[in-house]
Amino acid sequence: MAQIFHRSTNTIARVSIYGAVFILGIVAYVAWEVNQSSYFTTAKLPLEQPVPFSHKHHAAELGIDCRYCHTSVETSSFAGLPPTATCMTCHSQIWVNSSMLEPVRASYRTDQSLAWTRVNALPDFVYFNHSIHINKGIGCTTCHGQLGEMPITWRDNTLYMRWCIDCHKHPERQIRLRADVFKPIYHPPSNQLALGRRLVKEYGVKGAAALISCDTCHR
Amino acid sequence: MNGHDNSIDLIRLREMTDGDRQRFWRSLEELAESPGFQASAQHEFPVSRRAGDAAAQSASGVSRRDLLKLVGASTAVATLAACTKLPVEKIVPYVRQPEEFVPGVPLYYATALPFGGYAQGMLVESHLGRPTKVEGNPDHPASLGAASLFAQASVLTLYDPDRSQVPTHLGRVASWDAFQAEITDALNNHRPSKGAGIRLLTENVTSPTLAQQIRAFLAQFPSAKWHQYEPCGFDAAREGSRLAFGEYVNTVYRFARAEVILALDSDFLCSGAGAVRYAHDFADKRRVVDARSTLNRLYAVESTPLSTGAVADHRLRLRSSDIEGLVRAVAAGLGVSGVGQASVPAGVPANWIPALVRDLQAHRGASIVIVGDQQPPVVHGLAHAINHALGNAGATVIHTEPVEANPGDGMQSLSELVADMKAGQVELLVIMGANPVYNAPADLGFAEQFMKVKLRVRLGLYNDETSELCHWHIPESHYLEAWGDCRAYDGTASVIQPLIAPLYTSKSAYEFMAALLNQPNTSAHDLVYQYWTEHAPADQAARFRNFEAFWESSLNNGTIAGTVFAPKQVALQGRFAAPGGPPDANPGDLEIVFRPDPAIWDGSFANNGWLQELPRPLTKLTWDNAAQVSPATAQRLSLNREDVVKLTYEGRELSAPVLIVPGHADNSVTLHLGYGRRRAGGIGTGVGVNAYSIRTSANPGFGVGLQIQKTGARYHLVTTQNQHIINQDGRRVEEESQAAFKRDIVRVATLTEFQGHPDFAADPPEETTQAPSMYPAYNYKKGYQWGMSIDLNSCTGCNACIVACYAENNIPVVGKEQVDDGRDMQWIRVDTYYRGSLDAPEAYNQVVMCMQCENAPCEYVCPVGATVHSPEGLNVMVYNRCVGTRYCSNNCPYKVRRFNFYLYSDWTTPSLYPLRNPDVTVRSRGVMEKCSYCLQRINEVKIKAEREDRAIHDGEILTACQQTCPTQAIVFGNINDPASRVARLKAQSRQYGLLRDLNTRPRTTYLARVTNPNPELAGPRAQES
Repeated sequence: MAQIFHRSTNTIARVSIYGAVFILGIVAYVAWEVNQSSYFTTAKLPLEQPVPFSHKHHAAELGIDCRYCHTSVETSSFAGLPPTATCMTCHSQIWVNSSMLEPVRASYRTDQSLAWTRVNALPDFVYFNHSIHINKGIGCTTCHGQLGEMPITWRDNTLYMRWCIDCHKHPERQIRLRADVFKPIYHPPSNQLALGRRLVKEYGVKGAAALISCDTCHR
Repeated sequence: MNGHDNSIDLIRLREMTDGDRQRFWRSLEELAESPGFQASAQHEFPVSRRAGDAAAQSASGVSRRDLLKLVGASTAVATLAACTKLPVEKIVPYVRQPEEFVPGVPLYYATALPFGGYAQGMLVESHLGRPTKVEGNPDHPASLGAASLFAQASVLTLYDPDRSQVPTHLGRVASWDAFQAEITDALNNHRPSKGAGIRLLTENVTSPTLAQQIRAFLAQFPSAKWHQYEPCGFDAAREGSRLAFGEYVNTVYRFARAEVILALDSDFLCSGAGAVRYAHDFADKRRVVDARSTLNRLYAVESTPLSTGAVADHRLRLRSSDIEGLVRAVAAGLGVSGVGQASVPAGVPANWIPALVRDLQAHRGASIVIVGDQQPPVVHGLAHAINHALGNAGATVIHTEPVEANPGDGMQSLSELVADMKAGQVELLVIMGANPVYNAPADLGFAEQFMKVKLRVRLGLYNDETSELCHWHIPESHYLEAWGDCRAYDGTASVIQPLIAPLYTSKSAYEFMAALLNQPNTSAHDLVYQYWTEHAPADQAARFRNFEAFWESSLNNGTIAGTVFAPKQVALQGRFAAPGGPPDANPGDLEIVFRPDPAIWDGSFANNGWLQELPRPLTKLTWDNAAQVSPATAQRLSLNREDVVKLTYEGRELSAPVLIVPGHADNSVTLHLGYGRRRAGGIGTGVGVNAYSIRTSANPGFGVGLQIQKTGARYHLVTTQNQHIINQDGRRVEEESQAAFKRDIVRVATLTEFQGHPDFAADPPEETTQAPSMYPAYNYKKGYQWGMSIDLNSCTGCNACIVACYAENNIPVVGKEQVDDGRDMQWIRVDTYYRGSLDAPEAYNQVVMCMQCENAPCEYVCPVGATVHSPEGLNVMVYNRCVGTRYCSNNCPYKVRRFNFYLYSDWTTPSLYPLRNPDVTVRSRGVMEKCSYCLQRINEVKIKAEREDRAIHDGEILTACQQTCPTQAIVFGNINDPASRVARLKAQSRQYGLLRDLNTRPRTTYLARVTNPNPELAGPRAQES
């Protein structure tokens, strides 16, 4: 009986079976990378704002404290966005003719609020509280990135649950001195782990079991 | 409930229950072992009664192949649906932010709900300027921190999309200015006649400011008349006081000092101006700590089974029309003079009245006789006479000046108005609030005469039956939107402080009156402020540096200091001799009783979904009213549940479905008012039958001479009494014995029994031990461990907790059909159990919500880990993980889990968005939910305490149900702290856990009920018939 398949079929079959592993692997890798990419997570993408506000300029170069604008960050779940009046404390005196700031002046004049585009948003079933993180030595930059280096604000992290849990499991990797919490540019010291373990104890941070219990964030 | 066997053999059931003092039963269907009840007890959710309901048919008709297809398809669809990006959101900060305003932290303002005109003091939670939740004001005498179900539900009425939003003229949208112009013209035309053709109709007014405005109006138009009408007001009590004392007086009861209470057709624990306070004081006298505790004793005589009767130590069911005879006999027994002939009505056991009389005499000055508002003035008068004879007046019964600005007989007032309209004397009728076209008694023919009035103007929250017939309709501001003032049951005045600017182009009664007084654009705030600058108690105001400071203190406290009425000495004058013997000669005649509905009251809350869906106390009826009859009467007239009958009373007819209610008086039919609305809105229109259509002005409370005729039609009533059944029969799982045993879901003893066996309710020790488990044990010894204790001795079954839970936890309303399928979404329910004979059973209420089991059966079966245990002992539900397998609810022996079979939450009506509690997730379709011990409140306080580096104080966290409970039956706290209230309560000998035999180790436990029957009267908690 004549052969049905040509001899080369053997090679083709071997290559394709062997290759399928690689092809599937590549597909999985690409999917994973897409999933992690800024395109998908929208992390690190600067957003259009009514006024191109620069944290780099205000917080790092001028040294204005975070709490000057984000007044409720120590007392509320929500850090708070400054009312137009806060901008006008300075900008009624300086850069009064800047066209860039016209929306701010218009808002103050007409009593119409500025509508900022939200940069850091969580799903509605997640309940994040700024005040407790600030109080336990988690700095602004831990989640929001090096704000002092941002000429325009972007979300620096995915804010995925996996990312939250990483820190809730190991707060000692991120915790810092309360005095350093509001530093707009912060790089952890070389002894971070030792310092972290000490601060976790000192600040009374709950154990991982409590921190990763579902009811900590979901209700 | 599915598959009701409507033709229940009542004779057989009576034989079963008579003399059986051990068995607790839920309903006639349970006793009859109807298949529907059995199915309900076996299944987590009853199978839907409607065909084509795919979600409900999972148990039947779906093949394995179809199931796999569905699973595959839903997985694919779910994957696709998950591929969404977060929507772009905007943050809109203030231009100039108000002081003290912290975004994300709610503010609380003191205000007062005018209910029937009477103030209920409240604190209202405001998130970013929108009121979301009502709590009681601890500083207000009518509240003491608790709130009624009406107060809790009032926030939903504020956001009700069916509220009227614009002024209308002849049904077309008009402007306030046009109205102002027209009414000014019309009033000017009446000036020459001094307003002889002008009539003003309001509801009961206690507001000093509004009364002053109305008086100013009457001064301008001396011949105009002011009428007040409240369909379920306190006319009889007022007239009774006039009968007794020759003048109108207000009566305040001090239950905190009463040892013996006789309630005559009175639901004083759950309805009335002072109910919240009364329930608080009453329960305080029933707190059992140990065997040395003493209890007050409550005798209740009532026709309809009421919440008050359910907690009574002795409940006597008696037709409302026989109560006058009984009270005369009691008065005669106490030696009250001038009470006329006293013949004991049939059905009162021979020794009942003598025993009661001796008990009352033994507690002179420490007893109360209180009468319900359905009873005629003479019964109220007789009760005053008895209270005087017992020396209660001035001790437990305090008389004061009337709370109403202009007290009077509303029914009489309305009759006069109708007579004037009939005579053509009324040319301009201004109605503020009242809805007489719907709720005037039928014999007045209000609507017909109303049309003779030349100009009809209405101010109302809804464009309802009355507004439909008016030339002008002006939307009224909700009390959370407008300034005002009102007085509480004891005269304490409060400023009504708005929480939000009016949502629509509405006006408050004050602004409306200002328009009539030709003071357009006067703000209600200025009017109220002005009134109190002139009328604030001088000695109180003098303690502040100026009036502004006094005003701010009054706003802050929620009461105006020094306005409570002083006790008043009144002399008894009345002679109460009956005109002609006992009122009802033939006990076989049928009587009809009209009562305000326990949930929607006089119909003004008819469009409130939270209240409509509330299972009414004892009957557990939802979304309907019914002709309620006793089993014996049903048997005599061969009526079955859901038979539609024609009720003929005083020549008027009304068809209503029958509901057989154990414990109802025989030959008496109760019909609740407030239903059968034609123009209530999307929720309330067409629900139930309109009892006002056969009510008469002569006998608004009840009347004899009712005829009942079966029509042959049937109407499906939905009660939740046969849903979420906990099986009372347990079965031991040890290898050798499969013996059934009683689980004793409700545990109760008399005071004497309790003193002999303080641990009568305790579980056998082996049931509380830790059974072997394959799961690692939790360490419950450290940190906060949350627990709850529910005192069955305090609960009155008033339902306020359920409504509080609706508001706090964003619980959706599902509608009558879904409730019928057992799919109501209430996280907390009040189960009613009966014991004893069919005709006069004892009733027991038990509040059931998630028990937060330490060995929670639901957790083990969840395939996706959506319900898990927290280190603080909570059984937490993670909505975003839930995929809706419903395994957890299938495995819950308490049946406290609720599943979103459909998208029950309203995600589309914009006016409802601001209602939601922002601290709780709004659940979507396909998600399981249940009580979380108000986790959002726990977390809020926990974060606050952590920030301040301290431990949480006992009582710092209140669950929503606990906070609103008038009797403090629910106590929540940290059971690891032996000094906490909850730990001390749990240490009591009365403590027991529900279904301990299943080794679930519930964190919520109960304190068994202890009753205090009169030893002279037979039976442990004798319910006499």
